[in-house]
Amino acid sequence: MKTLGKVFKWIYLVLTLVFLYAPIFVLIVFSFTESRTMSKWNGFSLNAYREMLSDAALMDALKVTLIVAVVSAVAATFIGTVAAIGINSMKRRRRMIVENISQLPMVNPDLVTGISLMMLFSFIGLSSKFGYLRLILAHTTFNVPYVMFSVLPKLRQSSNMLYEAAMDLGCKPTKALWKVVIPDIMPGIISGFIMAFTLSLDDFVISWFVADGIQNLSIYIYGLAKRGISTKINAFSALMFVVVVTLLLIVNIRSMREEKYAAAQRKKVAKSN
Amino acid sequence: MENKRLIELVNVTKDYDGDIALENINLYIRDGEFLTLLGPSGCGKTTLLRLIAGFIMPSSGQIIMDGKDLTAIPPYKRRVNTVFQKYALFPHLNVYDNIAFGLNIKKLPKAVIKEKVTEMLAMVNLSGFENRYIEQLSGGQQQRVAIARALVNEPEVLLLDEPLGALDLKLRKGMQIELKRMQQKLGITFVYVTHDQEEALTMSDTIVVMNHGVIQQIGTPVDVYNEPKNQFVAKFIGESNIFPSSVMVRDFLVRINGIEYECVDKGFGNNKAVDVVIRPEDVDFISPDKAKLVGAVKSVLFMGVHYEFTVDCSGVMWKVHSTDYVEPGTVVGIEILPDAIHVMKAQKAEEEVELTEEELMERDLVREDAE
Amino acid sequence: MKRKILAYPYIFVWLPIFVIVPMLFIAYYAFFDNGHFTLEFVKNLSDSMYWSVIARSAWMAVLATIICLIIGFPVAYMLSNMKKSVATMLSIFYILPMWMNALLRTYAWKVLLADGGLLSSLLGLFGIHAKLLYTQGAVLLGTVYNFLPFMIMPIYTTLMKLDRSHLEAARDLGANGVQTFFKVVLPLSVPGVISGVTMVLVPSMSTFAISKLLGGSNYALLGDLIEQKFMLSSTGYGMGSVLSLILLILVLISTAIMRRVEKDNGTEGGTLW
Repeated sequence: MKTLGKVFKWIYLVLTLVFLYAPIFVLIVFSFTESRTMSKWNGFSLNAYREMLSDAALMDALKVTLIVAVVSAVAATFIGTVAAIGINSMKRRRRMIVENISQLPMVNPDLVTGISLMMLFSFIGLSSKFGYLRLILAHTTFNVPYVMFSVLPKLRQSSNMLYEAAMDLGCKPTKALWKVVIPDIMPGIISGFIMAFTLSLDDFVISWFVADGIQNLSIYIYGLAKRGISTKINAFSALMFVVVVTLLLIVNIRSMREEKYAAAQRKKVAKSN
Repeated sequence: MENKRLIELVNVTKDYDGDIALENINLYIRDGEFLTLLGPSGCGKTTLLRLIAGFIMPSSGQIIMDGKDLTAIPPYKRRVNTVFQKYALFPHLNVYDNIAFGLNIKKLPKAVIKEKVTEMLAMVNLSGFENRYIEQLSGGQQQRVAIARALVNEPEVLLLDEPLGALDLKLRKGMQIELKRMQQKLGITFVYVTHDQEEALTMSDTIVVMNHGVIQQIGTPVDVYNEPKNQFVAKFIGESNIFPSSVMVRDFLVRINGIEYECVDKGFGNNKAVDVVIRPEDVDFISPDKAKLVGAVKSVLFMGVHYEFTVDCSGVMWKVHSTDYVEPGTVVGIEILPDAIHVMKAQKAEEEVELTEEELMERDLVREDAE
Repeated sequence: MKRKILAYPYIFVWLPIFVIVPMLFIAYYAFFDNGHFTLEFVKNLSDSMYWSVIARSAWMAVLATIICLIIGFPVAYMLSNMKKSVATMLSIFYILPMWMNALLRTYAWKVLLADGGLLSSLLGLFGIHAKLLYTQGAVLLGTVYNFLPFMIMPIYTTLMKLDRSHLEAARDLGANGVQTFFKVVLPLSVPGVISGVTMVLVPSMSTFAISKLLGGSNYALLGDLIEQKFMLSSTGYGMGSVLSLILLILVLISTAIMRRVEKDNGTEGGTLW
């Protein structure tokens, strides 16, 4: 009875994973076909990978995506962290108001955020000449709350005591912030940064509305998707996917190892007492 | 022996939007003494400590240190260091850097810092732990790092906010002795916050008993135990039998529940209402025919060192501690010697201090820990 | 102390310019035409075309959310019951697909669902011949596919945080496995379910690329309609803004309901990360 339940459980999990990975599998398989579209399998070839490298528009889009992601993530991390530190020390009532307004870009549908920013940019005359700036400002706008709300819980956890302890030991307030509070909330800042970076990489809807004069990967792909995606895109995304998966697995295995090490250390400590 | 006054609090009041945390505190702390702020949670003892540290400002009144007004001086300029309740050790730094933190801020030469930190580590028995991170330390070790981190700055006053609260009984007893030893060796003034009466009695030169933001009594441990100023102090420190509606017939004679006893107190006037405290360990059992007061043992609790008996004397319950066992139901005589009776000024009805349930629970929790 | 000053640039410059003012633009365009107040656009709503799209969008979003919940909850529950190291690893597999461009993955479904594609051939083997692509079902599938991880992760993190001693207490008090699940696990997982439902409901209400790719032009949703209004002609701003406001109202209603449920439940929600 118990093993039957276990079998059923694993069948269920595998089925859901098949559902999630089927399209990815198809995309990767078709990156190795001879044909230029995904309509037919024409035998194995690495053509798509060769073509990918010589596609200037694709490489441009990649460049735009990466630049926008890095710059907007850095900007959002800075703005979000500084704001969070300030907000955290405000009185409860005011803090709630500010936090609620800050959540807007997270709660709003992307569509609405994109449209509203598009109207703002055309109103202040930020034309296609400022293609990068438009994208970066838009991405920073929707990234800020994600950073803020990943830093705020850490700030709340980091008891005010650490800050007081630093002052007790002779730090002026700014120095105490820099030497103690920031390092203590670092995990929140880092996860906020990573979240901002990946959200920016993946964003389509907002970019679609505010992009002008330049296109990032999502826009480029959407343009193709309406007509039929060429297999060089498959090749490209297969590569990206493999890179990301490898990175994530490395990071996770490392953190798992560190956890194990820490657990072992704690055990040692417990024994030595 | 009488050292100079190092810190003086004059008419200090602290309120938070009308909620009074401390009311008109007048207190001085002598150079080199071990002073304990004792009271139930919420009595204002931690607030008082934080005022001295400088994390908060008094709503009114003055804090004076070495003759200078400290009120407007920020915490980082005070020659005072704190050992925080949950240590507040910096999780991103190792043991060495935690202890060196204050010295680094003062930009002392590296060699000097190294020497001082090493010396400090030796003093708290943590030599060889320099490179450990905080999470790799046990509670007792963290505690000692916290003390070292504060002491290495050579403060004039060390503030300790329930520093032993998170440790188990055995470690706590050990640390009590160690702390006292350090304080005597270094000659630094300690201001120590605790709700554990035993801890306060063991370690302090002076105990300040507080409740509801008001100082109830200041005195040596022997004073506050033997001569509690009021019911609250008597109830909070140690076990006690309290008889509020007693009458001081004349000097050296007091009437408790209708029976007159000789006592050693005087100066209350004749036929004046007083409160009387009798410690359970000061009550002796004698044979009923020789006693003024007779009762039946209602229940017995074994407390380790002694038994605690509840004796029903025609409706009035007496708490008695004795090492000799008596069967419940036994009729016993109760003997009270004159010096066992402590007479206090009667508290007026409106200021009658009943320990709230919470306060009692807290005290009992501490005791449970200790047993 | 003075730390709240750090929040001022954010509160008084960033929030107004990039969050509040852009939203006001939408309200402005909905009610003003060339600087004159008008209710023209709002009156247009009486056109049944708009209402059928709005109703369909809401219905599809609710349906997608329910399906995600039905599929996702068991996954989250099963994961939370595993050994921690296995669960962490597996949970990564459930979020990994999000690191491949969403448009591409949706496009891959187009390939899978197409006439003569893998799925229709597979069904053909069982004698089922049905049109799969460009149906309402395809749009629903695409939506569920895209947002399923957003349902699984919050529930999973909530269940992980669940104190095992609660379960033991329930067993100790005589509840069997099923009773423990319904009386303890389910009520305690409500915050995660709420986060999940919000995270799926809001984006699926406003999605526009999925329906275009998998539904062709036949099953336009509210998002598609808004996008058309803004992107195809500059005269569409008014109507587009009105529809955006409708979308916002739908989102507000659903988040308000969720908050209400959460408040009644009185606990903190799970997170995606």
